[in-house]
Amino acid sequence: MQLAKVIGDVVTTRKDENLVSVTLLVLQPIGADGTPVGRTLVAVDAVGAGVGETVFFVRGKEASYPFHPTEVPTDAGIVGIVDHWSTD
Amino acid sequence: MQIARVVGTVVSTQKHRAFEGGKLLLVQPVTLDDQPRGATLLAVDSVGAGVHEKVLIVLEGRAAGEALGRKGAPVDAAVIGIIDRVDAEPSA
Repeated sequence: MQLAKVIGDVVTTRKDENLVSVTLLVLQPIGADGTPVGRTLVAVDAVGAGVGETVFFVRGKEASYPFHPTEVPTDAGIVGIVDHWSTD
Repeated sequence: MQIARVVGTVVSTQKHRAFEGGKLLLVQPVTLDDQPRGATLLAVDSVGAGVHEKVLIVLEGRAAGEALGRKGAPVDAAVIGIIDRVDAEPSA
């Protein structure tokens, strides 16, 4: 998983039927110091996250597991909202 | 698997139920000579590791889910060992 900031959302009308009613959010991955790391990406949301929140997300087909048995075609999914984190 | 250093912990109340009761660690993958390599990641802890420790992590969904002891868990990384020592020649 990786930390990320939710920086936007994506609206699609025409899409895979298994994506219907699934929220798509735009993420900017961040490092342990909170600064942006790498490219932005779109992820499905399994926990009710919103723009401005810090979250953690999973990559790969595991991102679709929260929607089981629906086979959501995704490669990234938000699986937690971060309250806070600490580093040494 | 990769060698990483535990650099922090993450607290999350609202999360997928597969993470309940588990511990989330911030881990920084490192090279054989202990230099940071790549982005800091979040991994579930299955061995009781703590900050500053050098650990062994898996970066694959099925293996991480098994480490957590839960099938169908939406995870892609887990700490599966605490490293006592690595004997290797980085240049070899």
